[in-house]
Amino acid sequence: MKKQLMLGNAAVARGLYEAGCAVASSYPGTPSTEITEEAARFDDIYCEWAPNEKVAMEVAFGACLAGKRSFCGMKHVGLNVAADPLFTMSYTGVNAGLVIAVADDAGMHSSQNEQDSRNYAIAAKLPMLEPSDSAEAKEFTKRAYEISEEYDTPVLLKMCTRVAHSQSIVEIQDRVEPPKKPYEKNIAKYVMMPGNAKRRHPFVEERTRKLIQLAEETDLNRVEMGGTEMGIITSSTSYQYVKEVFGDTVSVLKLGMINPLPVKLILDFASHVDHLVVVEELDPIIENHCRRLGLKVTGKNVLPLEDEFSQNLVAEKLGGTVHRGAALDDAIPPRPPVMCAGCPHRGLFYTLNKNKCTVMGDIGCYTLGAVAPLSAMDMTLCMGGSISGIHGFNKALGEESEGKTVAVIGDSTFMHSGMTGLANIAYNQSNSTVIILDNSITGMTGHQQNPTTGYNIKGDPAGKIDLEALCRAMGFNRVRVVDPYDLKACDQAVKEELAAAEPSVIISRRPCALLKYVKHKAPLAVDTSKCIGCKSCMKIGCPAISIKEGKAHVDSTLCVGCGVCEQLCPVDAFESTGKEG
Amino acid sequence: METKNIMIVGVGGQGSLLASKLLGHLLMEQGYDVKVSEVHGMSQRGGSVVTYVRYGNRVNSPVIDKGEADYIVSFEVLEAARWLEYLKPGGQIVTSTQQIDPMPVITGAAQYPQELVAKMRATGAKVDALDCLALAEEAGSSKAVNIVLMGRLSHYFDLPDEAWQASLEAMVPPKFLELNKKAFQLGKNA
Repeated sequence: MKKQLMLGNAAVARGLYEAGCAVASSYPGTPSTEITEEAARFDDIYCEWAPNEKVAMEVAFGACLAGKRSFCGMKHVGLNVAADPLFTMSYTGVNAGLVIAVADDAGMHSSQNEQDSRNYAIAAKLPMLEPSDSAEAKEFTKRAYEISEEYDTPVLLKMCTRVAHSQSIVEIQDRVEPPKKPYEKNIAKYVMMPGNAKRRHPFVEERTRKLIQLAEETDLNRVEMGGTEMGIITSSTSYQYVKEVFGDTVSVLKLGMINPLPVKLILDFASHVDHLVVVEELDPIIENHCRRLGLKVTGKNVLPLEDEFSQNLVAEKLGGTVHRGAALDDAIPPRPPVMCAGCPHRGLFYTLNKNKCTVMGDIGCYTLGAVAPLSAMDMTLCMGGSISGIHGFNKALGEESEGKTVAVIGDSTFMHSGMTGLANIAYNQSNSTVIILDNSITGMTGHQQNPTTGYNIKGDPAGKIDLEALCRAMGFNRVRVVDPYDLKACDQAVKEELAAAEPSVIISRRPCALLKYVKHKAPLAVDTSKCIGCKSCMKIGCPAISIKEGKAHVDSTLCVGCGVCEQLCPVDAFESTGKEG
Repeated sequence: METKNIMIVGVGGQGSLLASKLLGHLLMEQGYDVKVSEVHGMSQRGGSVVTYVRYGNRVNSPVIDKGEADYIVSFEVLEAARWLEYLKPGGQIVTSTQQIDPMPVITGAAQYPQELVAKMRATGAKVDALDCLALAEEAGSSKAVNIVLMGRLSHYFDLPDEAWQASLEAMVPPKFLELNKKAFQLGKNA
């Protein structure tokens, strides 16, 4: 067997391949994105980016109904979007196996909240497996298909940032084509109207009873007996921290199946140790289960409900050895993420800042428009929230806000869940100005294609939605396109559309500066004999520009010659170096 | 063998992923258990980024905590200083002398601290500082700083040159191989 160092997400993709998965539909979201990207490398799996997670999950359901093992992957907040089909798929069950990966982001490395997806497994009454490294990620994916087909249920596979984005060693195996599952019409099972759903609910409850039995016996849950003074129940990356700190000086019940939870296994484990501890990130789910079983347990009374754990945290809270290093006395200035040099969003946000707009924001790279010195954002909530939000804001305040409030949303986020909000503006007629920041790619998650780009997940030509035509078809008379590198044009467009007496859409269009096909101009340089050190160019927060000895300075390794700074300079001090990058 | 820890720190976009891939490959080929933990998504956009590489007989945690790193490989001086607390007492830092102002310094809200290398040494850290950007440019591309650093790091490992070369060949696209081999040697012999 061949060994490979593999990202947790790539290991899930490998598991999909080996399990004979045939259809995968997902929406990108950190830290889940690479599962579907890696799966797309296998020709035996049809893969696609869907416009959003709800669509993706319904596609995967349709494929499993048709008799093919199918998959859908998303980040934790994506499961909120897909919750509608999820809860009812629990009732219908599956034909061929269906696995849904959901990647949590404790610590919020790249997310707007740190909700715990295990709550969904409980609420939807679905089994959930949780690997603790890449080898388990692959193995559990395959086991999830077996459980899915044996118990007639979709199976949730819970990842987290540290498992999804860590590489560890995986043994490669061959693909095995699963047994055929021809589609058969079954109205009572698959048509969820009240009469049928009523008869399916008892099935769900009975299935949970059987799954609890599985949880008692499966080797996905394992006891590692060591010292018996302390017994720790844990899973996922928390298991790794526990082993790192305590090795075999404690006993561990390592749960790979985290919903439903076993009863006898936990009671038996607890009876063999003096002091029972639960180590789990975010919500006290295993802990509360233990309490319901009447067990005395240490958990969230010492461990935090927020942020991710680490070995030092576990050691500090549970009496292990805490490592320490030396720090400098100097204040180390933070280095927050910033919009890249040449980012097409910058010119537009400068314009919004200059016009003192109230800005309803959305989810994407452009959320960085909230960061100083642009500080051009008032609200960011969820995918699509900008467009629905501005409608409510303007309905509440009327003319007081209509002339100075805009919504900003990226092309991919607009396709995800901005369109329905736009339909609401068109239908219920608020005088709102919506700006679609069309950088022709899904940027933040690392350049995935979407329905507006004209290419599919493999980079092959695909359908392409015409944003202007779409907005006009919804009833918007005022739809205009502007180049965000052109500050004058941006300013004019924003002023005119805010002043207009009807709703409008501005499409700020220029491809992401990091896209490989984008040709850059030569970097700019500052003629220090002209520069008067007025810092006008500093208002755009470009990482390539700084002040050195009172004069503007351009870092030529970062500058892509976008020319936005040039338009702000009152004395024409910027000049091209002529060396194209 | 006790688990060894290498942190690779820098600014988003500097190429730490290739460096960690190279180390991961190298150490796995030596027969070690290896874990490499990366950062994706929002924090990559010009922010402070860190990659953890751990190896030994059995590696559990995918991350390195304060006071645990045997080596910190840094693309930028301020980043070495930021993560200094993660270095084991007496551990080794290998850093490029490049300085990249973070946004709070650019906007004037904060100062870039001075004399960082000397201050880090004063804490007991061993610091090997060299101008990796100049060496990368000498090799043919400013993007090869990551491999210059790997060349420098190879000093501190008791591994044959062939092992490093084999991993370079496995991890670097063929058309950039010669450039990167040169960058590696320049870092190693600097």
